Amino acid sequence: MMTIEERLALDKYEVDEESHIALDQAACAQCLHKYCLTVCPAKVYTQSEGQDAISVSHVACLECGTCIVACQGGGLTWNYPTGSMGVVYRYA
Amino acid sequence: MADFDVIVVGAGVAGCTAAYKLASEGLEVLLVERASEPGSKNLSGGIFYGRVLPDLIPGFYDEAPIERRITRNVIAFTREGDAFNIDYSNRSYAGEGGEPANGFSVLRAKLDMWLAEKAEEAGASLVPGICVEDFVTEGGVVKGIVAVGEEMTADCVIVADGINSKLTEKLGQRSGFGFHDMGVGVKYLYSLPEEVINDRFRCVSGEGVAYGIMGDVSEGIPGGGFLYTNQDTVSVGLVVHVDHLAESGKRPYDVLDHMVSNPEIAKLLEGAELVEYGAHMVAEGGAANLPASICGDGWMIVGDAAGFAANNGFTVRGMDFAAMSGLLAAEAAIEAKARGDWSKAALASYQQKVDASFIKKDMDTYSDAPSFMKDERVYDELVGMICSIFEGVYKQDGTPKRNMLSILLDAVKGSGLKFVQLGKLGLKAVRNL
Repeated sequence: MMTIEERLALDKYEVDEESHIALDQAACAQCLHKYCLTVCPAKVYTQSEGQDAISVSHVACLECGTCIVACQGGGLTWNYPTGSMGVVYRYA
Repeated sequence: MADFDVIVVGAGVAGCTAAYKLASEGLEVLLVERASEPGSKNLSGGIFYGRVLPDLIPGFYDEAPIERRITRNVIAFTREGDAFNIDYSNRSYAGEGGEPANGFSVLRAKLDMWLAEKAEEAGASLVPGICVEDFVTEGGVVKGIVAVGEEMTADCVIVADGINSKLTEKLGQRSGFGFHDMGVGVKYLYSLPEEVINDRFRCVSGEGVAYGIMGDVSEGIPGGGFLYTNQDTVSVGLVVHVDHLAESGKRPYDVLDHMVSNPEIAKLLEGAELVEYGAHMVAEGGAANLPASICGDGWMIVGDAAGFAANNGFTVRGMDFAAMSGLLAAEAAIEAKARGDWSKAALASYQQKVDASFIKKDMDTYSDAPSFMKDERVYDELVGMICSIFEGVYKQDGTPKRNMLSILLDAVKGSGLKFVQLGKLGLKAVRNL
């Protein structure tokens, strides 16, 4: 089975230097659920062992919006990437 | 004097349909899209049903990049080691004697590009690669859009910016979707030669099959799988409820991998090469997903942005609602232009048209489908019971055969469902689906 990183590598992206996703780490630290860590289909949100902060890999984002719906802590600000940037589906 | 009669934001199915109709009737239309090519942000997980586009666009079937006309539908109830399939074929679904097909598979990067080109041919101005940030307003009336710091004005803005519609929020008509009202779809696209698809799925070129898959494939999370054939690719995906997925702690792609590793599914994909992976939200909550209003002074909301979708487990529909709502918004705008009145009262004809159309009627019919579809017993116990019945019917293990009633009683007993519960579930199913 391919890893999620290998699967995402099949997709085409126009890399936006600026992140379209922002986290309020203080609010996220208070969040009991942190659903973003598992529900995201692109594994954008990760937390290293022993670390409080959630890392955001915005370049992998498939722009689906699952994190927006799943966020319970109110720490997420999600916007569209700059025009023409982000994921580029060739089939879909 | 405004720059345009209408600005359409979003060149998906809804936006392109609206822009095509408006331009065909001679209105000045600007179609804005945030992707550099229309369709490249868009993803479908179902069949394009209905006849809105074939009826609207002359020569649709000769020109449109449709993949295969769906003439065979399969419902697969799966467990770990066995599966029960309902397999329904209908030749007339291909469309004969000038009749449109019942439904067809599409790849959105191709379809939306073609639709945007049709809108352009009809006279619309397409500007891709631009993300609309806000509206231009005057005293609460929408007068245009703001994109990359530039203002462009119009008598009306049609909001077609998709499921995560930022503009619907700007209008104050919705502040995000509810945690319990949304599904997330994850999809793999596999490449497979056309002839192999024809042989494996028992279809001829130009025609294809669509599967709905229920049971252990979603690992106990309410939701289901889909699989459909394109010309030389196969789309396979899974839609699960976001709340149940979140609470399970499972990752959506792991659940999808579990599904495609089921022998029943895996044998259909043998030798196929994975070429794309994608994800998209699905409005599952029916009326709960609708914005406070779909029209106001100088604006209308169409397609996924309006939360128009219906999923009853057999068919996952959104694109036909998108095309229809785009068409109806265009008709309302054409009437508004003729009267020179773009007020909320004038554009209320869009709401009336939606209410009189299959959009409102079908969303009402399936209004309780979400509660049935979220009943976890459907996925484990009911599907398990169906498989157990047929396991008992066909099994020959040297012990004396029992009659059908005895097998049925055992299957129900083994399912953990009481007869009364089963009756209630069955009744709920036929009422709501």
